[in-house]
Amino acid sequence: MVKYIIQRFLMMIVTILIIATLTFFLMHAIPGSPLDSDRTTNPAIQENLEKFYKLDQPLSSQYVSYLKSIITFDFGPSIKKPNETVNSLISRGFPISFELGMVTILVAVISGVILGTLAALRHNGVVDYLAMTFAVVGISLPNFILATLVIKVFAGELGWFPAATWQSPMHMVLPTLALATGPMAIIARLTRASMLEVLTQDYIKMAKAKGLKPWKIIIRYALRNAMMPVVTIMGTMLASILTGTFVIEKIFAIPGMGKYFVESINNRDYPVIMGTTVFYSTFLVVMLFLVDIVYGILDPRIKLHKKEGDAS
Amino acid sequence: MTNIHKVEVKDEWFKPKEKGLEKVETVVRPSLSYWADAWRRLQKNKLAMIGLFFLIFLGVAAILIPMLSPHSVTGTDLPNQNKAPSMQHWFGTDELGRDVFTRTWYGARISLFVGLMAAIIDVTIGIIYGGISGYKGGKVDLVMMRIIEILYGLPHLLVVILLLVVMEPSLTTIIVALTITGWVGMARIVRGQVLQIKNYEFVTASKSFGAGTSRIIRKNLLPNTMGPIIVQMTLTVPSAIFSEAFLSFLGLGIQAPYASWGVMANDALPVILSGDWWRLFFPALFIAITMFAFNVLGDGLQDALDPKLRG
Amino acid sequence: MTSKVNYDEQQLQNLSTKVGKKMLEVQDLHVTFKTYGGEVHAVRGVTFDLYEGETLAIVGESGCGKSVTSNAIMGLIPQPPGKISNGRIFFKGKDLTKLNKNALRKVQGVDISMIFQDPMTALNPTLTVGEQLTDGLRTHKSISKIEANKKAIEILNLVGIPNPEERLKQYPHQFSGGMRQRIVIAIALICEPLLLIADEPTTALDVTIQAQILELFEEIQEKTGVSIILITHDLGVVAKIADRIAVMYAGKIIEIGMKREIFYNPTHPYTKGLLNSVPRLDLLEEELEPIEGTPPDLFAPPKGCAFAARCPFAMEVCDYVQPETTYLTTSHYTDCWLQDERAKGLFSE
Repeated sequence: MVKYIIQRFLMMIVTILIIATLTFFLMHAIPGSPLDSDRTTNPAIQENLEKFYKLDQPLSSQYVSYLKSIITFDFGPSIKKPNETVNSLISRGFPISFELGMVTILVAVISGVILGTLAALRHNGVVDYLAMTFAVVGISLPNFILATLVIKVFAGELGWFPAATWQSPMHMVLPTLALATGPMAIIARLTRASMLEVLTQDYIKMAKAKGLKPWKIIIRYALRNAMMPVVTIMGTMLASILTGTFVIEKIFAIPGMGKYFVESINNRDYPVIMGTTVFYSTFLVVMLFLVDIVYGILDPRIKLHKKEGDAS
Repeated sequence: MTNIHKVEVKDEWFKPKEKGLEKVETVVRPSLSYWADAWRRLQKNKLAMIGLFFLIFLGVAAILIPMLSPHSVTGTDLPNQNKAPSMQHWFGTDELGRDVFTRTWYGARISLFVGLMAAIIDVTIGIIYGGISGYKGGKVDLVMMRIIEILYGLPHLLVVILLLVVMEPSLTTIIVALTITGWVGMARIVRGQVLQIKNYEFVTASKSFGAGTSRIIRKNLLPNTMGPIIVQMTLTVPSAIFSEAFLSFLGLGIQAPYASWGVMANDALPVILSGDWWRLFFPALFIAITMFAFNVLGDGLQDALDPKLRG
Repeated sequence: MTSKVNYDEQQLQNLSTKVGKKMLEVQDLHVTFKTYGGEVHAVRGVTFDLYEGETLAIVGESGCGKSVTSNAIMGLIPQPPGKISNGRIFFKGKDLTKLNKNALRKVQGVDISMIFQDPMTALNPTLTVGEQLTDGLRTHKSISKIEANKKAIEILNLVGIPNPEERLKQYPHQFSGGMRQRIVIAIALICEPLLLIADEPTTALDVTIQAQILELFEEIQEKTGVSIILITHDLGVVAKIADRIAVMYAGKIIEIGMKREIFYNPTHPYTKGLLNSVPRLDLLEEELEPIEGTPPDLFAPPKGCAFAARCPFAMEVCDYVQPETTYLTTSHYTDCWLQDERAKGLFSE
């Protein structure tokens, strides 16, 4: 297990390094790059840029000092807003985006697992049919379309929930709904498929033959094993929820990091785009690493890895 | 073992049965080839067939309708801004008076083109990379898989955004950006399949007859890996369509005056609450139905092509 | 599959007298499954008894309904699509087919328990062996965790697993196939059942491990007096540990008798065919004869004898009417028209 964690940790470092490097060189590859020293913007900004990117030095030492700043968690300045840095955007926007993301994951996982399990237990029944129809529709509806739909219906026509911003739990309902439906549908389908497979396993039959109570069989024997594939997609799920926050925050005018990121894309604030991308990537890669470790804890077979063996 | 005889047992029945009549085993089920069998199974799946026919219709209509339509895709008609659907403009018009119907079908072209190109490029790279990695095995495989592992760890859409920010946005750059990271999943699947199948006895048999590497790959490995590859393709297409719409929605997609579904949805966003529902509704509906069609077709193909479930 | 069939006359004599009280009565059991293709009649009227302390082997080709029969006794027929459409299963005077799910659970794992074919899949990979051993015990008997663990160690000792204290904390993947099957057996035995149903318990194991597991069965039976129903297609296994043998074909028992009677005096052509298709060291001069053809389609079971189409001695009557049961001795019965007076002399053997 320790060896596995170290291996995964090294992979994580390599991945972050690649993204940082890619970002750095792409930044320099932009025609008319903001880093070309005589691009006139505002002198204060120019000064910031030169200070951060060490523009007076050769490329190699620029690269080294850039990596150093990444390690010290400094993602650079903005070229559109003189007093802003990526760090200041992160400290303002990230908590809100994180809240949105976490609520979404909780909703998606809990309801997806419940839905998928019910569908599997009522295989080919009405519940199964309804749940899976819902799931296919949910997967087919891109979140930005769903977002506009729910605004139109629940905020516009019905007026049940506020249509924008992020202030109270009521404000959280529509964005979460729009963002969570897709992941929930995917989790529901995956849970159902893996639950159906697990339910045909001999160990389930054996648990029944032991005379255990049905709910105990489902929770202790079936669900835990059925959750394995769900845990493995949590990484991709996180990534898609994270990118989903870009559009959701844009549509609902939520002052999170995603909104700033989209703004920076739209007004081509390159340093912010780059800095934010590196931050987002680092966040995702670290989460992926954590998911892998959780998987290792949940599935005892991972620990094995050649060693240990058996007695007979 | 208890038997209630309804029939009287006649004495004359006690004589040896004539041999040869019933001994001939009739073949109950005509033995179908893998693909014919898969096709038969797919046809039974009504939803998947509806999806397939819708996609064929979508493809044909996407080519023909923008050609035949009296309205042009880019032509503005300012007096007719934001008109609701009518006999003249079936899906209404947008803020520049452009016909939403024509633009929606033009958007279908873009979306399908992006989706199919991305899938074809992914498959090509994926088969070559995954095939070599799986077939060669050993150190080659180890190195190639390490590379894949690292690429797989990269946040796909973020890299795409980064590339699109740097490159001039166009249809080509979108496809390039989507495929630069997109082939990795396909390569993993192909490798897994090849690894599994290359140890099967029929491959060993081919080898023992002296078949060369390329012949083994062509004759044995490819046909047997096609199932999962096709399924993966039907999932790649909608995900590329989604990505294109998503990127367009972020302002990184195809540029004005041309239309894609994502661009149209993005343009319609400011008027969503004001009542011009058609501008969002039609592109949104088309995205949703197309994604739905690909998803149900993909599900159907998965069931139809999975040899484990044959019977 | 090369199995050695050995007879020990004296042992057989002893076994035939070891029979105790009747503990299980299966009467005219019918099980059907609804599928897309129609209704499958998997078990079509199975009747047999089981006595205390005996081992009954149910043999037959795959798909003949032997596993379905055992699942029916165990209450493990998935409903739907499965259904016990007719028949009764009396266990200690109670009809198991009439019990509700709660009452059935008090029998499952306590009085009757089951061993599955593949020890690689029968154990839950995410729970420790200890947890899987004790959860049945703790469900049925109100005992503390410590006591349950003590009992688990005891039972692991019985099935021959070294260092049981440490092994309890390990996961199934840390054991070899043979060891896992011992654990599966331990789980089945932990509540001290009266009846053990073993569904192909050695099929998935290496030949050397098979022998060990069979010896373990004999040892356990000696120590605990448990009755065993052994489902198998391997006549070598049967020869080793069965007291009585029931031969199933197409959802019916077509011949049943003491081991000696079935091996020395098989009467049903299918039983003979089955015995002739097994390599035997004691009958070197005989050639192996596979049984031609395949079992009938159980979607539409034949009107007459199900084996008629493959039977070298088939008569016209076999196609029209199902044969009645003929009692050859008090323990040996068969369902075959060849036993009818009118069939005598038709075939010279």
